[in-house]
Amino acid sequence: MNAIFSRGPLLGLRLLLAVLCSVGLMLVDRYTERSTQLRSFLTSAVSPLFYVASLPETLLSGASEQFMSHQRLLDENARLKETLLRQNGQLQLLGYLQQENNKLRALLGSAPLTDGQRLVAEVLAVYSHPFSHQVVLNKGSNDGVTEYQPLIDERGVVGQVVSVGPTSSRALLISDNTHAISVRAERTGIRTVAEGLGQWDLLRVIHLPQSADIRVGDRLLTSGLDGLFPEGYPVAEVSRVQKDESQPFMIVYARPFAQLDRIRHVLLLWPGARAEDVLRPEELN
Amino acid sequence: MRRNGGLGFIYLTLLVALLLTVMPMPQQVKLFRPDWALLVVLYWTMALPGRVNILTAFLLGFLTDVLIGTVLGVNALAFSVVTFIVAVNHLKIRNFSVIQQALLIGLFLALYHLLLFWLSHFLTGVYFLPAYLWPVLTGMLVWPWLFWLLRRYRRQFKIQ
Repeated sequence: MNAIFSRGPLLGLRLLLAVLCSVGLMLVDRYTERSTQLRSFLTSAVSPLFYVASLPETLLSGASEQFMSHQRLLDENARLKETLLRQNGQLQLLGYLQQENNKLRALLGSAPLTDGQRLVAEVLAVYSHPFSHQVVLNKGSNDGVTEYQPLIDERGVVGQVVSVGPTSSRALLISDNTHAISVRAERTGIRTVAEGLGQWDLLRVIHLPQSADIRVGDRLLTSGLDGLFPEGYPVAEVSRVQKDESQPFMIVYARPFAQLDRIRHVLLLWPGARAEDVLRPEELN
Repeated sequence: MRRNGGLGFIYLTLLVALLLTVMPMPQQVKLFRPDWALLVVLYWTMALPGRVNILTAFLLGFLTDVLIGTVLGVNALAFSVVTFIVAVNHLKIRNFSVIQQALLIGLFLALYHLLLFWLSHFLTGVYFLPAYLWPVLTGMLVWPWLFWLLRRYRRQFKIQ
């Protein structure tokens, strides 16, 4: 017990050291470029923890699939087949339109839209600390994932990859309050920026002058101007417009299309990459 | 007295606490998730301040930072400060009843969240929502059970 009593000043010294180390870490992480590599390394070091932590959920969902009745599986299969047929029909038309569009763009002398590779990734963990909206994905550098790669789901843009380990990677969601994405209003073509607020269902559209033409219900698409997200993917729908003449800019909020709080699978995009540049996953052939 | 006996058992509880921190859960439940890692570190600091103190808290805080993706060092700092307060006052806190301890723990958790918010606000400009303080309440409610469980665990394996 005496050993503990004599630790009084020692504890203070330890606290001082801990505080200094933490402050150093914060500054390095926030204000230097090196931190991306450091984070990637750390992500790969702790990725087994994520696999273990998501084990109960994986087992439970596996069990529920196991005990699903035969009839329900048949129904689901029929429904999925029907959806696939309908979407394949639309895709045929899309292929034709894309070709036509590229020809027209070539006539105008502008660069054709590139359609890059895709890869389906599963979400291992959604971390919902209010100060960091991130997800951990089960694909890493072994699958060709790189930093700053965009992420979408079936409804819209989800976020971008921020650090990569060999078998897992970490992505920042568009709702994180350090994230901003360049968007364009579909109806009017106004370019603006949508930034996250740390809330799942809300983005703030910033720097719109009072005279800008924007309404509730306008769809915001990626503009492609940030050089990260390919052009034309849906991001959010304007949910509230508040005009206050005393403010320099309009106060506009939007609701993301992607259901960020319940994503299970996402699609990783390689915008502009040629097919031979990236590994081709077997399941997408 | 074995000096190194039981250190593995302590680290096992810390590992479980980290797993609970990142375990996937429905969105509505997540908001109320207690800060398991901090609670477990506080218990061990109170029970065995010679074995677990600021260094362990700092490392665990750093791991929490890595796992949940906050700016590196934010949780490490907040963990260290709260653990320091508990380590200095561990003899007093031990003598309180479990209910009083739970109230005190609530106070420490509030300090932790406030520190976390201040640092994050300074570094990344987050906005405060009162909902961020739910873990304080759930942490307080969880404390008596966690205390009982960890004390039984400690006595079972004779960790000292």
